[in-house]
Amino acid sequence: MLVIKNLHVSVRDKKQDVKTILQGINLTIKAGEVHAIMGPNGSGKSTLANVLAGREGYDITQGEILLNGENIIEMLPEMRAAKGLFLAFQYPVEIPGVNNMYFLKAALNSLRKHHDLPPLDAMDFLKLAKKKIKEVGMDEQLLSRAVNEGFSGGEKKRNEIFQMLMLEPTLAILDEIDSGLDIDALQKVAAGINLLRRPDRSIVMVTHYQRLLNEVVPDVVHVMVNGKIIKSGGKELAFELEEKGYGWLGVDENIT
Amino acid sequence: MTNQYVKELVNKNYEHGFVTTIDSDTFEPGLSEAVVRAISKRKNEPDFMLQWRLKAYQHWLTLSPPEWAHLTYPAIDYQKMIYYSAPKVKKGPNSLDEVDPKLLETYKKLGIPLHEQGRLAGVAVDAVFDSVSVATTFKAKLGEAGVIFSSFSEAVQTHPELVEKYLGTVVSFRDNFFAALNAAVFSDGSFVYIPRAVRCPMELSTYFRINAANTGQFERTLIIADDQSYVSYLEGCTAPMRDENQLHAAVVELIAMDNAEIKYSTVQNWYPGDAEGRGGIFNFVTKRGQCRGKKSKISWTQIETGSAITWKYPSVILKGDESVGEFYSVALTNNHQQADTGTKMIHIGKNTRSTILSKGISAGFGQNTYRGLVRVLPQADNARNHTQCESLLLGPTCGAHTVPYIEVKNCTAQIEHEATTSKIGDDQLFYCLSRGFSKENAIAMIVNGFCKRIFNELPMEFAVEAQKLLEVSLEGSVG
Ligand SMILES: Nc1ncnc2c1ncn2[C@@H]1O[C@H](COP(=O)(O)OP(=O)(O)OP(=O)(O)O)[C@@H](O)[C@H]1O
Ligand SMILES: [Mg+2]
Repeated sequence: MLVIKNLHVSVRDKKQDVKTILQGINLTIKAGEVHAIMGPNGSGKSTLANVLAGREGYDITQGEILLNGENIIEMLPEMRAAKGLFLAFQYPVEIPGVNNMYFLKAALNSLRKHHDLPPLDAMDFLKLAKKKIKEVGMDEQLLSRAVNEGFSGGEKKRNEIFQMLMLEPTLAILDEIDSGLDIDALQKVAAGINLLRRPDRSIVMVTHYQRLLNEVVPDVVHVMVNGKIIKSGGKELAFELEEKGYGWLGVDENIT
Repeated sequence: MTNQYVKELVNKNYEHGFVTTIDSDTFEPGLSEAVVRAISKRKNEPDFMLQWRLKAYQHWLTLSPPEWAHLTYPAIDYQKMIYYSAPKVKKGPNSLDEVDPKLLETYKKLGIPLHEQGRLAGVAVDAVFDSVSVATTFKAKLGEAGVIFSSFSEAVQTHPELVEKYLGTVVSFRDNFFAALNAAVFSDGSFVYIPRAVRCPMELSTYFRINAANTGQFERTLIIADDQSYVSYLEGCTAPMRDENQLHAAVVELIAMDNAEIKYSTVQNWYPGDAEGRGGIFNFVTKRGQCRGKKSKISWTQIETGSAITWKYPSVILKGDESVGEFYSVALTNNHQQADTGTKMIHIGKNTRSTILSKGISAGFGQNTYRGLVRVLPQADNARNHTQCESLLLGPTCGAHTVPYIEVKNCTAQIEHEATTSKIGDDQLFYCLSRGFSKENAIAMIVNGFCKRIFNELPMEFAVEAQKLLEVSLEGSVG
């Protein structure tokens, strides 16, 4: 599904100073697998997620990103979306005045168009949306509001998962989908993610906490520090991290 | 991310840029008392009109163009301009069948139905081509309701008493340079009178079309809503693409009597000039409404996407007690367009209320200024105003400016003003892209969302058109 080889990424700040964020990431995610990426604040997890989804403003100085065998480094974000990649944002943005339902319908239909499928009409879309919105336990009212505008933190996160279930990506990257959720919401969101799990789909979850991983049990856990994956292991690794922090891996706890 | 898109400015498509070849009766360029007299004569006007025009002309000679706006443009040579151009007709057309087919064709191309079974059934249209009105639809049906809807020149012939009574009572020719010029040389426009207690049975609209080269267009619209009446009126404007600038100096006067309501909407799409800033219309208009009666209401809604330069402040004089004034505006400037637009709300009556919601969008090298005055006179007890100005920047080379003037002479007034400027966020854009939207669609969607509350004020049929227009006007602002 996804193969990342020796990925180096840097940014230029306002003074045009180069800052290297990712320093040689190697990662292979097979179809059907769920991977968790953990790591201290500022280690480069969101940067990796953004680069995978095709955000501009990053210099990819070395390496390859292969999605189903195709190098996507030069590919526009909307094309990546069409190829089945989905990013659930750590901080979903508000788009005032743009109706949530309209937004999602247009997004879904643009993906369908890419797959030579006819657009869903309003009725069919609504039926589908009502079914999926129940699955994440999101208030139906949120459909008729503007995209994320005035949504609570938890509502925004649920909206991301709702979008994911509607768009049915083959590779979902979830950046801290669990942060800011209450206990019930976490259960719902986790249930939503588990619904997406299928042998032909892969999921990458960036998280700081074990509790999400109790609900969505990962196949592999990676630890990212300073733009490198310094350790990978099974689900037990997450328990170890929860218990011991990052110090035992030889990481200075104060780095950010 | 946005910056990169905006850098690659390309010519946007102005789909109304064609020219109609038609026989016309056109004056030599230049302005003099003789020209003013000749226009009045061509229109076969009664003496009061001629005298009024002459006074306006004499006054105009004493004035110089306003310089306070945040606009830069070369001085206009008023002697090089043509002040009258009309498609040749044997006699005024009595029905659509007598209108030159080329004109009907022109309006068809513009998507404006002049045939009464047209697409926008239920909208009566007055079409003004260069200086004169060529057709007004649905007259019979409106007549049954007692509504007068005709070209201005026709109204001067058929209802001179109404014209004489109301003309210039809201916008005096002394008001400003362009208003004086308009009064002297205006050649046509629309006239509406809604009698007492009549709710106008359909939307009224006027489409203005500039066709001839080097011609100034000066129309005048006068709308009177008598006690307890209601009317919703829409104007649209287009012009051919030409390398020279053309002047459009219109005047609109609205009068609302007791409990009357006038809703006036504009979708302004004059030719904006090319990507380098060549050509385009100078849109210098004076629009003002007077809430003359108790509990009367006037709302202006404008979507300003065209013109090289827009200088326009649709205003409301809140004279009647408990009267209400509203101003809803979207002004978009792309490429080298400049807009200095806003409103004036003059509170005179007691318990008067006004609302101002202005959305400015700048792209390319566009400059967008909101200029608004809220004035509360000493006798205007309990006046309320809420003003909200929002600007959206679509790149690093455009500008947005907000210039509010607040003058309050009554301590019971409550005035609120909010202003924000935001950039179309890379975050917002990336969010949309990651969901599969193209850049163009994403920007159009975000901008449309930004304008949503204004579009909601437009009559339904036109909200959709306005949305499309905005998308076309933004073409080329993204790479
Ligand atoms: N555009 C940018 N310009 C400058 N620095 C950046 C930019 N983007 C990211 N960084 C820096 O790169 C580092 C990695 O940031 P990133 O957001 O990827 O971390 P993270 O692992 O997601 O952290 P967290 O757990 O806090 O979400 C941080 O130090 C951040 O400040
Ligand atoms: Mg992060």
